Amino acid sequence: MKKLGKLYLVLVMLFLYAPIFVLIVFSFNESKSSSVFTGFTLDWYKRLFNNRLIISSLVNTIIIAVAASIISTALGTLAAIGINSMRKVPRAVVMNVTNMPIINPEIVTGVSLMLLFSFFAARMTLEFGFVTLLIAHITFDVPYVILNVMPKFNQMDPHLYEAAQDLGCSPFKAFRKVVLPEIMPGVISGFLMSFTYSLDDFVISYFTSGSTSQTLPITIYSMTRRKVSPEINALSTLIFITVVIVLIVKNFVENKAAKKAGTGGR
Amino acid sequence: MKPKYFSAPYLVWMIVFILVPLLMIAYFAFTTDGGAFTIKHVSDVGQYANIFVRSIWLSLIATAICLVVAYPVAFILSRMEKHKQGTMLMIVMLPMWMNFLLRTYAWMTLLGNNGLINHLLGMIGFEPLKMINTSGAVVLGMVYNYLPFMILPLYSVMVKIDNSLFEAASDLGCNSASTLFRVVVPLSMPGITSGITMVFVPAISTFIISRMLGGGSNLLIGDLIEMQFLGNAYNPHLGAAISLVLMVIILVIMTVMNQFDPDDQVLM
Repeated sequence: MKKLGKLYLVLVMLFLYAPIFVLIVFSFNESKSSSVFTGFTLDWYKRLFNNRLIISSLVNTIIIAVAASIISTALGTLAAIGINSMRKVPRAVVMNVTNMPIINPEIVTGVSLMLLFSFFAARMTLEFGFVTLLIAHITFDVPYVILNVMPKFNQMDPHLYEAAQDLGCSPFKAFRKVVLPEIMPGVISGFLMSFTYSLDDFVISYFTSGSTSQTLPITIYSMTRRKVSPEINALSTLIFITVVIVLIVKNFVENKAAKKAGTGGR
Repeated sequence: MKPKYFSAPYLVWMIVFILVPLLMIAYFAFTTDGGAFTIKHVSDVGQYANIFVRSIWLSLIATAICLVVAYPVAFILSRMEKHKQGTMLMIVMLPMWMNFLLRTYAWMTLLGNNGLINHLLGMIGFEPLKMINTSGAVVLGMVYNYLPFMILPLYSVMVKIDNSLFEAASDLGCNSASTLFRVVVPLSMPGITSGITMVFVPAISTFIISRMLGGGSNLLIGDLIEMQFLGNAYNPHLGAAISLVLMVIILVIMTVMNQFDPDDQVLM
């Protein structure tokens, strides 16, 4: 039974990883074919690094992801503080609206923002591009920050904040010294989640970007629409390696933190 | 300053960029270009009934396959030694961190008429199969992309099930099948319902998977919406009406799912 289970896991892993490995192998293929390996080359990587559209959209993606996740973290953390002190009914209303971008299909969020931006574009000097893209990213990022920070308030003893003030802290100092350290893990995970969602997002960006400001996923999409090109394979390989390195580092840091806290490795 | 005012900037943001855009969808769905009320666009959605049926059908099949494939994976993971679980979970989730366009592109090259699979089939003497641009390829793409979304919620409820429950069940006369259906399945119900929503919602609204793997003949609701906003068929009123119907379908499905879920986790 145990062996059968292991075999099953191996098969599922094979299903999940085989396509990616085929993609990687053919990034080194001399010819453009994706089925016959004719010889080893690094040409596709050279071309990739000389492709200005890809490099500029990569830079664009990183700028937007950094800006959107920083702004969303600030906006979302402040929002969570406020929502936490709301009465039951307004709190439920706000939380339900906050959940909408998460529950709704991405395409609906995308077209709804597109309608709004077109409305402003027709009446004011708003243009589809960096600004609309940034607004869209913040909009779908903030709910994740709020959902990560809110539980930290529920876990916290509300009297701690009052106790700090009784012991002579100003409200601001009490917040900085008592509340902030308690909610920090939620703030950080909210930030990281927004950052990765922003890096990865295609659908919402596709509807809100216009032609002047493209992100990497949009460039990838237009590349796949044209022709099968091993440059995409090379790009996938580099992204895959980056992901593996990031996850290994993340796992290492978490294990170390868990050991330090004395709860043992996870 | 009272702490509840801290949320003011977000509340403004939420109203302008979440609530108003959704209301605009409703407004566009029920108005003409001139702004007069009409139900023409909503009733026009009926012409695309076949596309709606296809989308619901294909995403239901994909969701069912994900559930059947993911259930044992999540169970095996949850029974592993604690220190192995984190690493194994990371390995399962790792492909999800690759952009989904690239994952779908990988299958595009594999399934192609001159792709690797047909090449290998030819080497062992089989006729090439027509795999790309079929509805089967679309379902495969959905399963491949969304399988981790099913594994994760299932795992997170199963990991809480204590091993002693299985011993108790067998002491009380359950065989392994009845332990599965009377102990494991009921206890993992919240994971099943949230897994189903997490796979079904993106699957029914996708337009990338159908476009890259389904060719032109397997249009889904997502393609239809995209065509009304960015394609040749430019008609945001009809697009808004289709989006509205899609939201209603999802709402109905999620309400049905919540009936099975004692904790109401999905809608929070």
